[in-house]
Amino acid sequence: MQSTSHDFIARSRAGLADGDLQQALARFQTGFTAKRAEAAARLPEFEALRDEAVEIKNHSLEHLDFYLDYFAAKVEESGGTVHWCVTPEEARQTILEICQAVGARTVTKSKSMIGEEIALNPFLEENNIEPIETDLGEYIVQLAEEYPSHIIAPAVHKTKDQVADLFYRHHKGRGADRRLEGVEELVSEARAMLRQRFIAADVGITGANFLVAETGTTAIVTNEGNGDLTQILPRVHIVLATLEKVVPTLEDMTTILRVLARSATGQEFSTYTTLSTGPKRPGDMDGPDAFHVILLDNGRSRLLGSAYRDILRCIKCGACMNHCPVYGSIGGHAYGWVYPGPVGAVLTPNLIGLKEARHLPNASTFCGRCEAVCPVRIPLPGLMRRLRQEEFDAKLLAPRYRLGLSLWAWFARHPGFYHLAGALGVGLLRLLAARRGRFARLPFAGGWTAGRDMPAPEGGSFHAQWRRGRRV
Amino acid sequence: MSRARIIESVRRGLGRGELPEQAKAALVARLNGGGNNLIPARSARPHAEQVALFVEMAQGVQASVARVDGGAAVPGAVADYLAQHNLPSDIVMAPDEALDAYPWAARPLLNMRRGKAEDSDQVSITGAEMAFAETGTLMLTSAGARPSTLNFLPETHIVVLRAEQITGAYEEGWKYLRARAGDVATLPRTVNLITGPSRTGDIEQTMQLGAHGPRRLHIIIVGP
Repeated sequence: MQSTSHDFIARSRAGLADGDLQQALARFQTGFTAKRAEAAARLPEFEALRDEAVEIKNHSLEHLDFYLDYFAAKVEESGGTVHWCVTPEEARQTILEICQAVGARTVTKSKSMIGEEIALNPFLEENNIEPIETDLGEYIVQLAEEYPSHIIAPAVHKTKDQVADLFYRHHKGRGADRRLEGVEELVSEARAMLRQRFIAADVGITGANFLVAETGTTAIVTNEGNGDLTQILPRVHIVLATLEKVVPTLEDMTTILRVLARSATGQEFSTYTTLSTGPKRPGDMDGPDAFHVILLDNGRSRLLGSAYRDILRCIKCGACMNHCPVYGSIGGHAYGWVYPGPVGAVLTPNLIGLKEARHLPNASTFCGRCEAVCPVRIPLPGLMRRLRQEEFDAKLLAPRYRLGLSLWAWFARHPGFYHLAGALGVGLLRLLAARRGRFARLPFAGGWTAGRDMPAPEGGSFHAQWRRGRRV
Repeated sequence: MSRARIIESVRRGLGRGELPEQAKAALVARLNGGGNNLIPARSARPHAEQVALFVEMAQGVQASVARVDGGAAVPGAVADYLAQHNLPSDIVMAPDEALDAYPWAARPLLNMRRGKAEDSDQVSITGAEMAFAETGTLMLTSAGARPSTLNFLPETHIVVLRAEQITGAYEEGWKYLRARAGDVATLPRTVNLITGPSRTGDIEQTMQLGAHGPRRLHIIIVGP
C-alpha cells in the first residue's frame, strides 16, 4: 500500500477538523474500552493467560525456522500447498497465478491486514480479477474507495448516515432503490448483495490469526461468518499470512484465543473460530478443491534480529488503538499506512522505513495505556522511545527541533545552569506579565494561547520552592 | 528458492544456525506431548453444572436453547421452534446418521431434504461434535455427511446436541479429535467453533445479528 505517513501532521489536523470523524470517534472511544475491562474482570485467570501468551509467542519466535518448516510439511501432508514469499511482489504474483490457473474472474476476501500490506486489491483489478471484500466494515471502505482506519473495525470512522449514502449510491442499480435509515436494514441489504458474490466467486482469500504447526492448520476468527463463506464456497482457498503467525500446538492457539477476543471487543470468544486443514477430503460435499498458504516474510525475519523483535508478538487485536488517546482524537487514517495507533507507530517505521514514518513514534503522550492492555505485553512506549532516539541519531528532525532538544539536553546535564535559567525565566515572565498576571499571546506558544491565556508564574521555580522547604 | 532465503534470514535474525538434532527432538516432543497450558477454572465442575453453564453462556450470546428428555421429543421441539418464529417447515438436514436416531417421520409436516445447503435454504439442522461450557461454544467438523455450508448459508441453524457431548474446556475437543484421527494427526478439513449466531458491530458499533451467517442459532439439548 502507498504510504502517506510522511504527511502525518497535516492529516492529523484534518482529522481533528472533520466533524463526521469526530462524531464517529466519540462513540468508539467508550465502547471497546469498557467492554474489555468487563471481560478481563470476569476471568480471574486473565493476567496469567496474558503471561502464558507472551511465553508462547516468544517460544515460537525463538524457534521460528523449525516451526515454519514443520507447519509447511504438515500442510503438504494434508494436500495443501505452501508458497514461501520474501516480498509483496512475490506474494501478489503467486496469488495471481493461482487465480489465473482456474480462470478466476471474481475473488471474495475476508479481512486480511496482509492483503492491505501487499496492496492486493488494486493489483488484482489491474489484472482483470474483481476482488470483493466481505467483512461488512471492509466492504464499506471498499465502496468508499478508502482503506481500513482500524485493524478490527475497518469502518469505525464512518457514521451510519455516511454508510446509508454509500449503499444508496452503489446498490441503486442492483435492485435496491431507496436510501435506508436503520442499522438493521443496512446490514440486511449488505448481506443480500454479498450473498450473490459469495456464490459466484471462483477463489476465496482469507487471512490467518494462527498457523498451527502441529497439524498444518490455519485458523481465523470472525463474528460475521464471512470468512467461512469465503473459504467453503469457491473452488480454491488461499490463506495469506506472515511468518510470525505460527504457534506450535492447538493448545497454544487456544491460550492466545482466550485473550484475543476479550482484548479486542470484550467478547468472551469470537462468534466463529474456524480451523482449516488442507482441501476438502474425498467424499466431502463442500469445501475447496485446492488449499494454498502464502507465507510472506516482508521484513519479519529482519525484525527478528532487531531491537524491535517484541512487536512480532502482536496478535492484531486492536486493544492498543482502542485505548490510545491520540488515535481516539485523530482516527486511523492520519497514520497513513496499514497499521494505525501504537502498534502502527512501531511497525510502520520498521516495515516501510523511519524516514517515511518518523512522525508516528512521536504521536504518543507515553501515557502507557497501550502497554497496560496489550494481551502479549509488547512494551510499546519503550519501542516508540527507541524509534525517537533513532530519528534523532539519523538527523531526520528539522534543525529547530534538534537545536531545541540539544539545548534542553545541555541544560539537563548542567543543573546549576538549569536552575539559573529557570529562575531567570520565571522572573522575566513575571516582569513581562506585569499586573495582568497572564499572557494572551506568547512567542513559541501560539498554539497553546490560541485557545486560552497562559498564567504568569507565581513565586519562584519548583526547585527554589523545594529548597526553601516547601513540600506541599 | 524463497524457502531457503526465508529460513536463512530467520536464522540470521535469531543469530544461530540450524537447531541441533537434540533441540529439534525436544520441540517435536513438545508438539506431540498434547500438554495443556493454563485452563480457566470456570468450566471445571460436575457434568450437570457444565450443562447449566453451557446454556447460560450460549444464551448470553443470543443463541436460544431448548432441552428435551429424550430423542423422541426432538422433531416436536423443531416443529415448535419453527412455528414460534413463523419460519417455513422446509428444512435441509445433514445426511449425518447420528440424526437418524430421531423419529422425524412422526412429524410429517416437516419437509426435509438431506444434503448440503443451497442459497435458497432457510432452515438447517445439524448435529455437533462436542460443546464447551466455558463460553457456550459448539464444535462442528466437516465430513462426508457433515457439510459445513449447513452451518453458514441458512438464516436459521438448528443444532441437536446430546447432553453428554457437553464438556468444559476447548482442550477436550483437541484431545477428542486427536484420538479419533489416530496416528495421523490430521484434523478434518474444517473445524468450526461456533459461539452464538452471526453478528457485526461494523456500523457505529451497533450489534446486529445475521451479518453473513445465521441470524438465529437454536440449540436442542437431548437428555439430562
